[in-house]
Amino acid sequence: MAQPIRVLVAKVGLDGHDRGARVVARTLRDAGMDVIYSGLHRTPEEVVNAAVQEDVDVLGVSLLSGVQMTVFPKIFKLLDEKGVKDMIVVAGGVMPDEDAAALKQMGVHEVMLQDTPPAAIVATLTRLVNERGER
Amino acid sequence: MRDTVDRNVLDPSAVEAVREQERDWEANEVAQFLAKQAERKESFLTLGDFPVKRTYTAADLADTPIDDIGLPGRYPFTRGPYPTMYRSRNWTMRQIAGFGTGEDTNKRFKFLIAQGQTGISTDFDMPTLMGYDSDHPMSEGEVGREGVAIDTLADMEALFEDIDLEKISVSMTINPSAWILLAMYIVLAQQRGYDLNKLSGTIQADILKEYMAQKEYVFPIDPSVRIVRDCITYCAKNMKRYNPINISGYHISEAGSSPLQEAAFALANLIVYVEEVLKTGMQVDEFAPRLAFFFVGQADFFEEIAKFRALRRCYAKIMRERFGAKNPESMRLRFHCQTAAASLTKPQYMVNVMRTTLQALAAVLGGCQSLHTNGYDEAFAIPTEDAMRLALRTQQVIAEESNVTQTTDPLGGSYYVESLTTQYEKRIFDILEDVDARGGTIKLIKEGWFQQQIADFAYETALRKQSGEKALIGVNIMVDDTPDPKIETHAYDQTTADRQIARTQRVRRERDPAKFEELMAQLLEVAKDDSQNIMPITIELVRAGATMGDIIESLKTLWGTYRETPVY
Amino acid sequence: MASVSTYVPSLELVERIANGEISAIARMISRAEAGMPEAREALAEIYQRAGRAHVIGLTGVPGSGKSTMVSALAARLRATGSKVGIVAVDPSSPYSGGSILGDRIRMTDLSQDAGVYIRSMATRGNMGGMARATMDAVDILDVGGFETIIIETVGVGQDEVEIAKAADTTVVVSAPGLGDEIQAIKAGMLEIADVHVVSKCDRSDAHRTLTDLKQMLTLGVKGGKKSEWRVPVVGISSFDGTGFDELMKALEGHRAVALHSEMGRQRRVAIAGFRLTKTAENLLMERFARACAPLTLDFAQRLHRHEGDPYSLAGELVAASFGKE
Ligand SMILES: Nc1nc2c(ncn2[C@@H]2O[C@H](COP(=O)(O)OP(=O)(O)OP(=O)(O)O)[C@@H](O)[C@H]2O)c(=O)[nH]1
Ligand SMILES: [Mg+2]
Repeated sequence: MAQPIRVLVAKVGLDGHDRGARVVARTLRDAGMDVIYSGLHRTPEEVVNAAVQEDVDVLGVSLLSGVQMTVFPKIFKLLDEKGVKDMIVVAGGVMPDEDAAALKQMGVHEVMLQDTPPAAIVATLTRLVNERGER
Repeated sequence: MRDTVDRNVLDPSAVEAVREQERDWEANEVAQFLAKQAERKESFLTLGDFPVKRTYTAADLADTPIDDIGLPGRYPFTRGPYPTMYRSRNWTMRQIAGFGTGEDTNKRFKFLIAQGQTGISTDFDMPTLMGYDSDHPMSEGEVGREGVAIDTLADMEALFEDIDLEKISVSMTINPSAWILLAMYIVLAQQRGYDLNKLSGTIQADILKEYMAQKEYVFPIDPSVRIVRDCITYCAKNMKRYNPINISGYHISEAGSSPLQEAAFALANLIVYVEEVLKTGMQVDEFAPRLAFFFVGQADFFEEIAKFRALRRCYAKIMRERFGAKNPESMRLRFHCQTAAASLTKPQYMVNVMRTTLQALAAVLGGCQSLHTNGYDEAFAIPTEDAMRLALRTQQVIAEESNVTQTTDPLGGSYYVESLTTQYEKRIFDILEDVDARGGTIKLIKEGWFQQQIADFAYETALRKQSGEKALIGVNIMVDDTPDPKIETHAYDQTTADRQIARTQRVRRERDPAKFEELMAQLLEVAKDDSQNIMPITIELVRAGATMGDIIESLKTLWGTYRETPVY
Repeated sequence: MASVSTYVPSLELVERIANGEISAIARMISRAEAGMPEAREALAEIYQRAGRAHVIGLTGVPGSGKSTMVSALAARLRATGSKVGIVAVDPSSPYSGGSILGDRIRMTDLSQDAGVYIRSMATRGNMGGMARATMDAVDILDVGGFETIIIETVGVGQDEVEIAKAADTTVVVSAPGLGDEIQAIKAGMLEIADVHVVSKCDRSDAHRTLTDLKQMLTLGVKGGKKSEWRVPVVGISSFDGTGFDELMKALEGHRAVALHSEMGRQRRVAIAGFRLTKTAENLLMERFARACAPLTLDFAQRLHRHEGDPYSLAGELVAASFGKE
């Protein structure tokens, strides 16, 4: 039987808007994935530490406070320092289109903004993990 | 005022006659039509899951006492808090604004006032909301981004430069660190020689809904509630026109709750605050007249109107019956309304203007005292000047052109709205009873009870959007592949943090360190003694150049911080 | 932007694990969880090198404060210089097979400390409170230089409690306010404890739980199975730190006894035996599942047509499956 996909759903920074993150966590669990939720107000360091220790397939970061351009470069730098090359990083929340495009340039695999249907999130993560292959 | 015996709109024989008519209509006209074509859906529900009948008649008011409907400005205030409402004065048009430093936001305030806005409302950046100074590591990237950055009194001076605070009311949307901003506001007013009793405005300071919904909290629940209590008692004694709290359903709704949960949970929080203040020996009529509320204007038009009307009725009954208020001022619920940010979409973003218009109209027909209409671009970033101007114009069209303001509570007597109002009232009281039976609001917050109900409705809503059961133009219906016109979003000024931090550090350098240390020591003493009020020492501290972060960090050593158990 | 495959063979990970490299440890645990045949050789190598760490197992009904206690305990152990590995097991949803692994969030205080490694695991249908790869994870962490390894089991509250057959020291946590009986008894966990903990002693009702439990133990309800070791009852509060000095002493004390006594030696043999049979069971299950798959439908149809009874047909199926191999 295939292994459940492991996902860390993370909230970075000071914003407490966790409605989306928690709906996503529940959706992914109900789709048969193993989900770890970071809790609120985490730093990029804490989130990357957790993602690496847990060896998640996917690190999903939800942001609604506009700090994406500060947070994601840090996350990639930290992953790099830890020698992690195959982690799938996705972003969710609210942000301008330019930022979403810039994040994809930076290496974010997918940006799923507010109102992305739950089933689409499941499908996207499953596809990304399949594309990555065995690890 | 109110008769001891409930009298209903119709006497029983008339009710029976109307019901007979209804049955006949169902059997004839309705049946004939249904035979030709079924209705669009099997059952019709409000956004908050109340069943909606084919039509409503006078019989639906059979169990609503006429005194519960009543008249505007009279107990139980279902039809409005004041007798003449918008015939005397329109609601306060209060667009929220805040970004960058005090100077940056001050410019936006002046722009909005020039556009005809009648009140000020301030949004703070995340570090300020959470009590971090701008140069704290947790603040990186967030300074002045989603609101204005305030660390010290000097920032407050810049924020309100050349704005006459005795003339315009100022609302500050802030919670765990609210009392510090109130202290800064007071010192600023004193420096300018204002009479504190002439200041009008509000801090949000509703900490309980933070644990339930918005998750902006610092300290554990007990000391946090004590701070709220201190704000209420301080203002009751020293700032007669100031609202020390805005008990908020808005964020409960934005976190995903139903309109019913929004209403009921906000009132559950009200009850805690009132009880806490009563414990200090203050009488309910000494402070209740300054309690204020903040609710969302959601998409279901009539349901929202019924919600607002039911809230007023419930509040009046709670204050009179549960807390023994005697002064009618203690029983009239006054509220600010903001249209629902969570209802805005990115695709076809101009449609947000229409959504906002309808939500705003429901707020006005529901009798709001002040209103914020969202900008069409808020699903992208914080709003631009253009978006804010159009949002303000939306309110002005309703106020000046639509004539809906000419009579008070124009939907009073609507069979549907009255019936839904009464259903809302009943269900709200059911929930409040349940909360009491389960051991009270604070216990249930710790157990995640409210949070779980909000999460369940949020999850349900996500599934309904996905299935299309909950229609959303541009998202699950009327999806249009032609690209939207390019939108200009508010650009973040990259120099903000440097400018802000420079000022904060200057204030720290220039203050008298001995005085500062002495006051900080006193703060901890006051904080340890639950019977003291924390406001006076905080006022002295900010006057002496203490930063918000100084105060919060030192209290964290005493009280610790709150950590939640998330529910899904 | 699909990434190129960067598969590192498991044997290559072993040295990196021994050097304490976190990403290698983490990846090896994932492969053990997945039961990848490619990883078996590496896991064999790891088992050979493991066996130094003190393995503490924690059990207790849901909500008894295990995770919060692990967090506080790990901080204490860190203060003694010991590196701490934590394996926290949560149940998988019986409906979807997925899970929300909620223990880690209770251990946020440890999130900045490089000397602590936390791994969340879902049971994925395994009964008894642990996941199939829990002990593999313990070995990997052991080789990775973690001197104390804490396993937080699912608070199953059933009598099938595997942890006592896996850990050097088993701690049973009871908490006040979760019902008036002593939960350890209800759950049949009284006998497996090497150390009893009553958590949440900052609460006024904890005293009752504490005295009840002590009374129960002295009343001779079997608690002390081993003569060299008197099972202590320690009251703690993870919020204010009460009782952790005593707890540390109890854990140290038990370890010392276990290392140097006949009782300890027997216990370790029993642990090895359990590990062996468990692993053999899993191997058999895997082989059988693979081998019987093509035959099952046919056998099911025969059973459905009453061409045999469940026992004889199952016997035939087993024989046919393994015979076929
Ligand atoms: N008063 C008090 N409450 C505690 C203490 N330790 C934990 N709790 C509370 O008990 C609840 C459960 O704590 P956890 O640490 O998650 O318990 P657990 O046994 O790990 O729970 P599961 O993993 O779900 O079985 C939480 O609300 C904690 O805040 C303590 O020392 N004192
Ligand atoms: Mg736990």
